[in-house]
Amino acid sequence: MSAPAEVRRPTRAEVEDLLFEEAELLDAWDLDTWLTLYTEDAHYVIPATDAPDGDPTTDLVLVDDDRLRMRLRVDRLNSRKAHREYPHSACRHLVTNVRVGEPVDGEIPVRASFIVWRSRNGKESTWVGGYTYRLVAVAGELRIRSKRVELDMSSLRPANDVAIIL
Amino acid sequence: MTLLNDRPTDLAGTGSRLVVEETESFRVHRDSMVSPAILSEEHAKIFDHNWLYVGHESEIAQPGDYVRRRVGGRPLFMVRGVKSGDVNVFHNSCTHRGAVVCRQDQGNAKVFQCFYHAWTFDSEGKLAGVPDREAYGGTLDWERLGLKSVARVESYRGFVFCCFDPDVVGLVEYLAGAKDYLDLIIDAAPADMEIVRGTNHYGMDANWKLLVENSIDGYHAVSTHDTYFKYLVALGTDLSVGVKGTAHDLGNGHAVLEYEAPWGRPVAKWEPLFGDDAKPSIDGLRAGLVERFGEERAHRMADLNRNMLIYPNLVVNDIMALTVRTFMPTAPGHMEITAWEMAPREEQPDVRQRRLDSFLTFLGPGGFATPDDIEALESCQQGFTSGGVEWNDISRGMAREPQANDEAQMRAFWRRWRHDMDQP
Repeated sequence: MSAPAEVRRPTRAEVEDLLFEEAELLDAWDLDTWLTLYTEDAHYVIPATDAPDGDPTTDLVLVDDDRLRMRLRVDRLNSRKAHREYPHSACRHLVTNVRVGEPVDGEIPVRASFIVWRSRNGKESTWVGGYTYRLVAVAGELRIRSKRVELDMSSLRPANDVAIIL
Repeated sequence: MTLLNDRPTDLAGTGSRLVVEETESFRVHRDSMVSPAILSEEHAKIFDHNWLYVGHESEIAQPGDYVRRRVGGRPLFMVRGVKSGDVNVFHNSCTHRGAVVCRQDQGNAKVFQCFYHAWTFDSEGKLAGVPDREAYGGTLDWERLGLKSVARVESYRGFVFCCFDPDVVGLVEYLAGAKDYLDLIIDAAPADMEIVRGTNHYGMDANWKLLVENSIDGYHAVSTHDTYFKYLVALGTDLSVGVKGTAHDLGNGHAVLEYEAPWGRPVAKWEPLFGDDAKPSIDGLRAGLVERFGEERAHRMADLNRNMLIYPNLVVNDIMALTVRTFMPTAPGHMEITAWEMAPREEQPDVRQRRLDSFLTFLGPGGFATPDDIEALESCQQGFTSGGVEWNDISRGMAREPQANDEAQMRAFWRRWRHDMDQP
């Protein structure tokens, strides 16, 4: 998928609308709609906690999903057999400190900070970190081509897993 | 060894009270999973007397390279001596007044300086600097005040172990039958093995022995990991081969499952989800194995999976990827887990990519399977607190030649656990 050659830098409010919509869909467990926010060539990556600069082609990371694996992840989480998330937990994605960069090669770089809370079965988990997005305009709409989730956590131990989508 | 480890002498027989074996029945009492007293006995009788995994030599390839680790619940660090080139494993505590001297997870250093009073130690542990040394009037015993090495340190095929008991048997004797399986796994690599950058540091609210059982449990795969098998099918894997094989007691509490499974293996078994592009590389690796080891051993290396426990808390699983996993209890109902991916050095990029994918989709805590193992083990731990049921049943396969989906391998662990826990 090729983005238009000339890309207008969107306002922070426009970018926030997209990121807040994503957060709302994830919190509502409407994962099929969540997937429509991503381009067909999208990538979703979470590096390991001890190598936040990790490159998924050479380093072990926690999540390295292309669009197909994102689809299969959604199928898994929609099923009743994803035991860690069935029944689904209560989640709240908070997205803040949004910074919109100048477009590069038709892509708009965005950074944001996040906290995700999960509550399930009497147990609370928290993930904290930074998002790095690359957005593109598709038919006049902002879509996500890449999302990288760098955790500010010296280990996953307080949460134990990344069973949900961060 | 220390005052804190002095304990009453009426603890003999704990193992036999909690692990009861009869002709076709094997039961483990759930006190073993929930009791703080049992956990402190485990520290004294198991973790202080058996060889424990520290790390892999590839992690400290250069002189002065170090990694900080918790081993047996104790902060240690492993460093490649600058002068000797030896692998040193030290208690991470200043000999002066106690502060940790290695304060980063990894790096390279010629000296380790305690920030509290600036005592300095070299990479061989020797005390190298004391500020204002004149205050001691020449009486300071520099030899005695070097960093304390762990009582025993040995490595086998790059796997570094230590033991806090100076009288333990040598590492090779301790590994018993597990040695041959480590050889099989390491020999299958076309080059030296290395630990891949990026570590899974996670945990579970479950007793550590539940992860021992789970790591070598073929029985749960189909029921617990339905979504992982669906993922494989979606990518074109043929599940008809199923999961079938055998279980072996390797001695000293070590055990292994060896079995066929539907997934591909980057070592040399191609599967459709690896993609057509990767097929020539992986077929080439397989041909190399046949050339080096003959058809039969190459078949075992390439096609068969191995889930191996090295007693008490090291798992080397040679499955759709190769993982080295260790874990330690912090409470009866909680453990900390560290898992690494091992791979041949300078692996072809397409094969390495398949290996990374295979690891993170199944073994990683963000994958399609491990979160459900966490859920299962935490669910067991919650179930134990319900009471009413006193015993777990571990007798599957006692009435037949044990299969890979039986529990003979767990019984091998529990028999050794019983032996250790019977000590006074």
